[in-house]
Amino acid sequence: MAKARVKAPKSVKKGEVFEVKTLISHKMETGLRKNKKTGKKIPRKIINKFSVTYGGKEVFGSDWHPAVSANPYVSFFVKASASGPMKFQWTEDGGAVTEKTVNIKVT
Amino acid sequence: MSVQFNTQNIRRRDVLALAGTGVVAVSSIGLFAGDAMADPAAVAKAIKDRIGGKKSMAGNITLELPQIAENGNTVPIAVEVESPMSSSDYVKAVHIYAEGNPAPDVATFRFTPDSGRARVSTRMRMIKSQNIVAVAEMSNGKVHMVKNAVKVTIGGCGG
Repeated sequence: MAKARVKAPKSVKKGEVFEVKTLISHKMETGLRKNKKTGKKIPRKIINKFSVTYGGKEVFGSDWHPAVSANPYVSFFVKASASGPMKFQWTEDGGAVTEKTVNIKVT
Repeated sequence: MSVQFNTQNIRRRDVLALAGTGVVAVSSIGLFAGDAMADPAAVAKAIKDRIGGKKSMAGNITLELPQIAENGNTVPIAVEVESPMSSSDYVKAVHIYAEGNPAPDVATFRFTPDSGRARVSTRMRMIKSQNIVAVAEMSNGKVHMVKNAVKVTIGGCGG
């Protein structure tokens, strides 16, 4: 569906709170625009859900509406608990999911 | 000006050419025909639907927005809530609302004690100058609210 990028530190200390930056390429079609030639509305197609799991739990979740800009960028914080995968999921209208996983190394 | 939100495919030159004739206003009304616009009352209702009858307090929440946004298609926004983020006292969720967009809802962000810090940054669309409202729901049931005004110009036109 879309190309996603995630930026997280290569290694973190246990208990450290670190920032994670995410970006995904997506038009975030609002459903309000009209096709200039046909006059018909372009149907809404946005990413409506973004969630992050780490250590087997959701550590950050979000619901998005059409007012989120195209190519959505979100940065947030996570507390380092143990080394392991951090999984990112973007869910589009219609249910298509884009996934990305990065490994967090906790020292 | 209200052309920013829905006319990504219109070039700046077209907008400038139209601006003098007043067609911009007409065309943006046409684009939204049949769509209700949000207003402060719609935002107040959306917040009430979300938090029920709870009273919201000022303070402990910061909304970072530019005073003037040149490009309403992508306005940087950050919300930070003061909280120890411990298992007994943390921020459950932050909701963002826009008083002047076609719909009041912008986004909801959910945190956990494992977040460590209740801060989120993103980018949002603004069709025109308006107030943005952020509401934080705490684990102890308290609600904090903050409102900031943003002036949206068409990039380069000044204002």
